[in-house]
Amino acid sequence: MARTEAKKDVVIVGLGWTGAIMGIELAQEGLEVLALERGPDRYTVPDFRYPDVIDELKYGVRMGFMQKPRNSTVTIRRTLQETALPYRKLGSFLPGDGVGGAGIHWNGQNWRAMENEFTLRSYVEDNFGAEIIPEDMTIQDWGVTYAELEPYFDRFEYVLGISGQAGNVNGQIIEGGNPFEAPRSRDFPLPPLPNTYDSVLFADAARAMGYHPFPRPAANASAAYTNEYGMQLGPCNFCGFCERYGCLNYSKASPQTCILDALRRMPNFSYRTNSEVLRVDLAEDGQTATGVTYWDEDAQEEVFQPADIVLLCAYQLHNVHLMLLSGIGEPYNPVTGEGVTGKNYAYQMNGGTTLFFKDKTFNPFIGSGANGLSMDDFAINQIDFAAEGFIGGSYITAGVANGQPIRGIGLPKGTPSWGEEWKTAIGEWYGHSMSIGSHGSNMAYRDCYLDLDPTYTDRHGRPLMRMTFNWKPNDIRMTQFMRSKIEPIAESMNPDTWQSSYKAEGAQYDVRPYQTTHNVGGAIMGDDPNTSAVNRYLQAWGQHNVFSIGASAFPQNIQYNPTGVVGALAYWVADAIRKDYLPNPRPLV
Amino acid sequence: MPLPDWKTTRRGFLGGGAGAAALTAMAVPLNAQSPEPEPLENYAPEYFTAEEWQFVMAATALLIPSGPTPGAIETRVPVFIDLQLASEFGTADDWYMAGPHDAGADPLLGWQSPLTPAEIYREGIAALNAWCEQTHEAPFAELLPQTQQEVLIALDEDEVPLPPELRGLFELLLQNTKEGFFADPKYGGNHRMAGWTHIGFPGARASYLEWVDKHNVPYPLGPVAISGERG
Repeated sequence: MARTEAKKDVVIVGLGWTGAIMGIELAQEGLEVLALERGPDRYTVPDFRYPDVIDELKYGVRMGFMQKPRNSTVTIRRTLQETALPYRKLGSFLPGDGVGGAGIHWNGQNWRAMENEFTLRSYVEDNFGAEIIPEDMTIQDWGVTYAELEPYFDRFEYVLGISGQAGNVNGQIIEGGNPFEAPRSRDFPLPPLPNTYDSVLFADAARAMGYHPFPRPAANASAAYTNEYGMQLGPCNFCGFCERYGCLNYSKASPQTCILDALRRMPNFSYRTNSEVLRVDLAEDGQTATGVTYWDEDAQEEVFQPADIVLLCAYQLHNVHLMLLSGIGEPYNPVTGEGVTGKNYAYQMNGGTTLFFKDKTFNPFIGSGANGLSMDDFAINQIDFAAEGFIGGSYITAGVANGQPIRGIGLPKGTPSWGEEWKTAIGEWYGHSMSIGSHGSNMAYRDCYLDLDPTYTDRHGRPLMRMTFNWKPNDIRMTQFMRSKIEPIAESMNPDTWQSSYKAEGAQYDVRPYQTTHNVGGAIMGDDPNTSAVNRYLQAWGQHNVFSIGASAFPQNIQYNPTGVVGALAYWVADAIRKDYLPNPRPLV
Repeated sequence: MPLPDWKTTRRGFLGGGAGAAALTAMAVPLNAQSPEPEPLENYAPEYFTAEEWQFVMAATALLIPSGPTPGAIETRVPVFIDLQLASEFGTADDWYMAGPHDAGADPLLGWQSPLTPAEIYREGIAALNAWCEQTHEAPFAELLPQTQQEVLIALDEDEVPLPPELRGLFELLLQNTKEGFFADPKYGGNHRMAGWTHIGFPGARASYLEWVDKHNVPYPLGPVAISGERG
């Protein structure tokens, strides 16, 4: 039997980065705010405490901080004709679980997007002509510009204490930073992290070829830092257990280290864990939400939680799933191109070259999540799409993140995967290889989308969400272009041997190896209710008191790791709600 | 030995990366070593039957051979696998296992077998032994090492006819073997951290700020386990 809880002003679905930001910003308005988190509570101590968290098997391989597919997963197919099958075991992407969400287990690479990424379709049409956009490519403008978001990027970076080196402050190019970045209003809050050997070798080679390497913007503190909420970070100790782990050292920016302890002190904020939201409940006329229904794991019952404002702050996939289950926006139809919810699911196109040096020692176990040097010489704003025959771009980068041996040891091509030769090879090559990677955009396509699966259900009997996704020729040409730029850098470094791994023509999406947890789209933002699921303030077009906040709003994927943009969007929405929506609740567009 | 109360001391270490190193030094007596465990031949498996245990002993010994440094047997990889299969990993507690299943689907779509890892070992070893009996007139564990090697290569290359729901056997066995070689010793393998020592991985030290800019200088310290034991 369902019970009904006392009404709140605001109910937040999911207590990760966006949930924590919306929570503290709206609690500061004096509103009664409740967050519902389906996973467990998590604190630095005891959950990320040394030495227990330094456990590769438990967290790096068995994915102890991730969502369990048994409780929540999707089905996946590559084409409209294929039968989707469940993503039964984590592989390609790793949604987080519990308080802090994916914000506890990220590496901390915190980027802004390029100016032209927010107006991508217009940029392509204006500069290269609409005819270069492939027929099945459904890229769109975001409905918000970089200039509008700049103050919110800045705010998020100063909440997180990002370590980095500005390359463009108010139009002035700064030596040592990224000369191709969009103008920022001031420098980073913390200086760059120290550099590991591999990244210095890469940067020296890149510089010698006329490129412009700069320190990767890192949410791993390079020095002690206190943010606007009074939360404190300590300097990163390069423990080598960042991605997939909570930070043992109060150094990685996370909801825990940057927001939650301040938020928990506010009497008008509360949160409930082990509380999985099943649907958003709509008023009879469908024009507003009345609250949410969630599953109380402890009481083993459904609960109706009334609220005036519903904020979807779950992981990208789950925001879209909840919208599909709740009838928020018309489901997207890939055949007609009509409908909006589920439209434009996109991923990330990455590649890399591994270099082997017998006489160089890299100590790969020494790393923060985001240390390293990158270059944007082939970024999305540096490429002539018409001449090169693709739309997109990548940053190119080196910087070891961990040397955890179960997750893999780079070995020269042709080395057997077991037996005596393998054993000899791991002894010889561990610590003697490094990689140069490309991290690139992924465009949106008519038949890459999310809807409800016709066959498989979750433990609550709800249809699983179905992902239809495959690699497309445009993005494969993009990554092959990056290969053609990276390999000469690698060769110039004179390794004993090297090998490349980039998607090639005909590549099919393989759900097994880890690729990236940069799933985007499905509840995309825009300026037209016929082509986007939420408006420029991430407000549902049809239900003005529902906001869907996160990477689900990206109309296609940027060339960078998404968290910086996700954080900026959250502060942008919080500001709009505080200044514009609360005084007069209504559709803001 | 219990660790100091991290809750009360943690903030005191925020001055620098020396924190975790200092803690390691404080928490762990020098040269701490656990007593030598039961020899493998006396080990009573939690999950495996005697026949399965013989297979796993023989197969892992080829996947990570002994000499000149410890291999799968000396690092007690078979114990690791046995304990994993007896745990939530063996029963696929975290995985989505609801049907319908299409075990013959394109492998790129991931794990689609209706069987758990523990069941794959059980049915897979039986099927492989039956095939060995048929083709070589003895179960795997009783074959000559050279023949065992050929069988494993055939298994790796999908040349042993197995039903689709068992086709993950080799990959699972190899993955678990490497896990047992490199996981923290608390899971039963990587005995005396010999897997880590073989490659030069320092285990749970997890504090290297002072070594970040010592470029191209080998890290001097050996591995530490979560228990505090040193390799």
